[in-house]
Amino acid sequence: MGILDKIGIGRLREGLSRTRSGLLSAVTRIITGGQRIDEQMLENLEDTLIAADVGAGTAADIMQALRDRSHTAMSADASALLPMLKEEIGKRLAAATVSAVEPFSLPATRPYVIMVVGINGVGKTTTIGKLAYRFTAQGHRVMIAAADTFRAAANEQLEIWAKRAGAEIIQQKQGADPAAVAFDAVSAAAARGIDVVIIDTAGRLHTRTNLMEELRKIHRVVGKHTPAAPHEVLLVIDASTGQNGLQQAKQFGATASVTGLVLTKLDGTAKGGIVLAIARELGYPVRYIGVGERLEDLQQFDPQQFVEAMFEA
Amino acid sequence: MFEDLSRKLDTVLKRLRGQGKVSEANVAETLREVRRVLLDADVNYKVARQFMDDVLRRAVGQEVLQSITPGQLIVKIIYDELVQLLGTSHVGITFSPLPPTVIMVAGLQGSGKTTFCAKLALHLMAQGHFPLLAAADVHRPAAIDQLEVLGRQNGLNVFTKRGADAVTVAREAVEHARLGARDVVIVDTAGRLHVDEVMMQEAEAIKAAVQPHEILFVVDAMTGQDAVTTAQAFHTRLHYDGAVLTKMDGDARGGAAISLRATVGVPIKFIGTGEKPDALERFHPDRLASRILGLGDIVSLVEKAQTQFNEEKAVALEQKIRKSQFTLEDFLDQLLEVKKMGPLQQVLGMLPGANRLPANAEVDESALVRIEAMIRSMTTEERRKPQIINGTRRRRIALGSGCTVQDVNKLLKQYEQMQRMMKTLGKGGRMDRMARGMRIHS
Ligand SMILES: Nc1nc2c(ncn2[C@@H]2O[C@H](COP(=O)(O)OP(=O)(O)OP(=O)(O)O)[C@@H](O)[C@H]2O)c(=O)[nH]1
Ligand SMILES: Nc1nc2c(ncn2[C@@H]2O[C@H](COP(=O)(O)OP(=O)(O)OP(=O)(O)O)[C@@H](O)[C@H]2O)c(=O)[nH]1
Ligand SMILES: [Mg+2]
Ligand SMILES: [Mg+2]
Repeated sequence: MGILDKIGIGRLREGLSRTRSGLLSAVTRIITGGQRIDEQMLENLEDTLIAADVGAGTAADIMQALRDRSHTAMSADASALLPMLKEEIGKRLAAATVSAVEPFSLPATRPYVIMVVGINGVGKTTTIGKLAYRFTAQGHRVMIAAADTFRAAANEQLEIWAKRAGAEIIQQKQGADPAAVAFDAVSAAAARGIDVVIIDTAGRLHTRTNLMEELRKIHRVVGKHTPAAPHEVLLVIDASTGQNGLQQAKQFGATASVTGLVLTKLDGTAKGGIVLAIARELGYPVRYIGVGERLEDLQQFDPQQFVEAMFEA
Repeated sequence: MFEDLSRKLDTVLKRLRGQGKVSEANVAETLREVRRVLLDADVNYKVARQFMDDVLRRAVGQEVLQSITPGQLIVKIIYDELVQLLGTSHVGITFSPLPPTVIMVAGLQGSGKTTFCAKLALHLMAQGHFPLLAAADVHRPAAIDQLEVLGRQNGLNVFTKRGADAVTVAREAVEHARLGARDVVIVDTAGRLHVDEVMMQEAEAIKAAVQPHEILFVVDAMTGQDAVTTAQAFHTRLHYDGAVLTKMDGDARGGAAISLRATVGVPIKFIGTGEKPDALERFHPDRLASRILGLGDIVSLVEKAQTQFNEEKAVALEQKIRKSQFTLEDFLDQLLEVKKMGPLQQVLGMLPGANRLPANAEVDESALVRIEAMIRSMTTEERRKPQIINGTRRRRIALGSGCTVQDVNKLLKQYEQMQRMMKTLGKGGRMDRMARGMRIHS
C-alpha cells in the first residue's frame, strides 16, 4: 500500500490533535520569550500561516520579511517575533482595511446599489439578508433584487430573508433574465424613494465564461439606469476556501468590477487566510465577515482580530 | 496558474533529466517543488509533509539512483503514490439486502448536499431503483422548497413534512418508502459546522433513528487546509462510509481529497461536476492525481518515461550486439533487470531478438534463480569469455551454485544459441525492425 498505510490513520489523527496544542505551545513559547529565535520556531510560524490558507507564496513572503527584520534588528529574543509577524501581516492587509465607505453607514447617493457576486454556495443570499437587516435597523428602506433566476427555490429563500430583514423584494419567475430583474429593481427603487438596492446573483464558477458575461451584463444594465451604479460590488468568499480563492477574486474582479469582499462562515475553524493573499495581490478591502446563519451574524472586518484569530488554536 | 506550476516542475525535471544519477540534494529540490505544488493544490501541509517524506525515502533509494532518467522516476513514484492514496478502484453505494436502503447525506453549509441528493436519486433511478428523497433539512430557509423544486423538475419523489423536526422527517420518510415500495431513501440534511454541538447531535440523532446503510460526506473541491479538521470531526461523529467531492467543474485542484483520504481513509465515491442534476461522475483517482500535481497529462509523461527508459537500455544493448560483445555478464544484467520488471514473458519480449529465439531458449521463472546463481559463481573472466569454461570450471560452477553440471551445460548452450542468433541479426541489418518490435513490447 501507499502512504495511507505508512502514515497510519491513527498517527495522522494524533498529529492533528497535536496541531492545535502544538501551535498553541509554539506561539506561547515565542511570547514568553527569553528564548533565541531559531529555524524551528520560524518554520512553526510559517506552518501556522499555511494552515490558515494564506498560501505558500504569501507565507514565504511574510517569513522572508520576518527573517530580514530579525537579522537586522538583532533581536535574538523570540518574544519580538510574534508582534513583528502580526505587523507584517497587518501591512499586507492594509489594502484590505481601507475603504471609501464605512461598513454599515450609507453614503448619500440614492438609491445606493450593492451587487453581490460569488461562486456557488458561499453565502451570498444569506449575507444579503443580514446586510439588509443592518440597513433597515437604521431606518433605511431596502429593496432586494432576486437576480438569481437559476437556482432551485432561490426566490423562496430570498423571500424569507427579505421578510426577516423587513426589506422589499423584486422578483420574476425561475429562468427570467437576471439583468431585467436587476433593472426593474433599480427603476422601482428610484421611483419609490428606496435607499438601498441589494442585488442577489446566482452562484457561478469563475471559469464559466458565459455566466461571467451575464454578470457583466447585469452590471452594465444597472449602470445604464443609474450612472455609477452599482456603487458597490461585493465578492463573497467562504472562509474554508483554499488557494482557488485567488482565482475567484481575479476573475470576478475582472468581469464584475469587485469593490470589496465578504468573508463568510468564520464561525467554523477555517481562518479565511486566502483574503490575505487576495489583499496582497489585488488590494480588495474586506468589508464584512459572516459569523453564523442568523440575521445578526454579520460584522465589520477587524484586521487586528483577524490576525489574532490566525494564531489561536 | 496550472501552466505555471507545470512549467516550474518541468524546469526542475529538465535539470535532472540526462544527469544520469540523482544526488540527494537535487532530489530534495524536486521534492520541495512538488511539496509547493501540493500546497498550492490545497493538500493539507501536514499531509503533504508526510507524503514527501515518504517519497524522499523511496527516491534516494537504489531504484532511482541506478536509473537513467531519475527525475521522471521520481515523478512516477509521486504520481503512483498519489493514485494509491486516493484509492485505486471505484467503490459504489452499499445496498441493503432488505430494502429500503437508507443513504444519509451530510456536510458543511453550501457544500452541495441538496444538489447531490437530487443527482444521486436521478443516477439510481437510471439504474432501475425507485428512490425517495427525504427533506430533512428543517433549518435552512427554503431548503424543503429547493428539494421539492428539484424533485418536480426531475421527476423525483420527495417526502416532506413541514413543521416536523429532522429526525421525524427522516424516520417517516423511511416508513413511507416501505409502504410505497421505494427501495432507496436519500436523506438530505442541513448544512452544519463541526463545532456546532447542537447540530452535530441532531445529525447523530438522525443516524440513530434511521440507521443508514450508507452515510456520505459532501466536500467542496475548493476547500483549503481546514478540510482535515472538518473531515475528521464529521467522521468522529458519524463514521461516514464515503465522500463526495463537489464543484469539480471549476479549476480548483481538489487537494482536499488527499487530505480527506489521508485523514479518514474512506473512499471518494462520486464527484459533482456542475449544477445540473446530471452532473455526477464516478471518481477516477488517476485523473485527480494528475489534476493535483498540475501536470495535465502526467500519465503519458510517465509512460513516455518508461518507454524511454527501455529504449535507452535497448540502444546500449544493440551497440553491444553489433560489436558481438554480448557477454554472460550482460546476460546476468538482463536477468536482474527481468527480476525487477515483473512478468517474464513481457520482459523477454523487450530483449533484442528475443522473439526470434527458439522455444527452448526461454527460461521459466524458477530457472531464473538458478541461472543467476550459476553466473554469480563464475569468475569475471569466465563471464566475459565463456569459451574458456572447460569441464573443470563447469564442475566448480555447478558446485558453487548448487546446480548440476547439466544445468551449467544447458545455460552455456542457451547463451551460445542466443549469441549466435544475435550475431546474425547484428550483421543482417534487421535491427530497425527489431527495435520497432521492442517498442511495441515495452
Ligand atoms: N455557519 C455559517 N453558515 C453560513 C454563513 N453564511 C451563509 N451560511 C450558510 O451557507 C449556506 C449557503 O448560503 P447561501 O446564502 O444560500 O449561499 P449562496 O452563495 O447564496 O448560494 P447559491 O445562491 O446557491 O450560490 C446556507 O446553509 C447558509 O445558511 C455564515 O457566515 N456562517
Ligand atoms: N458548479 C457546481 N455547482 C454546484 C455543484 N454542486 C452543487 N452546486 C451548487 O452549489 C450551491 C449549493 O448547493 P446546495 O446543494 O444547495 O448545497 P447544500 O450543501 O445543500 O447547502 P446547505 O443546505 O445550505 O448547507 C448551489 O448553487 C448549487 O447549484 C457542482 O458540482 N458544481
Ligand atoms: Mg443564493
Ligand atoms: Mg441543502
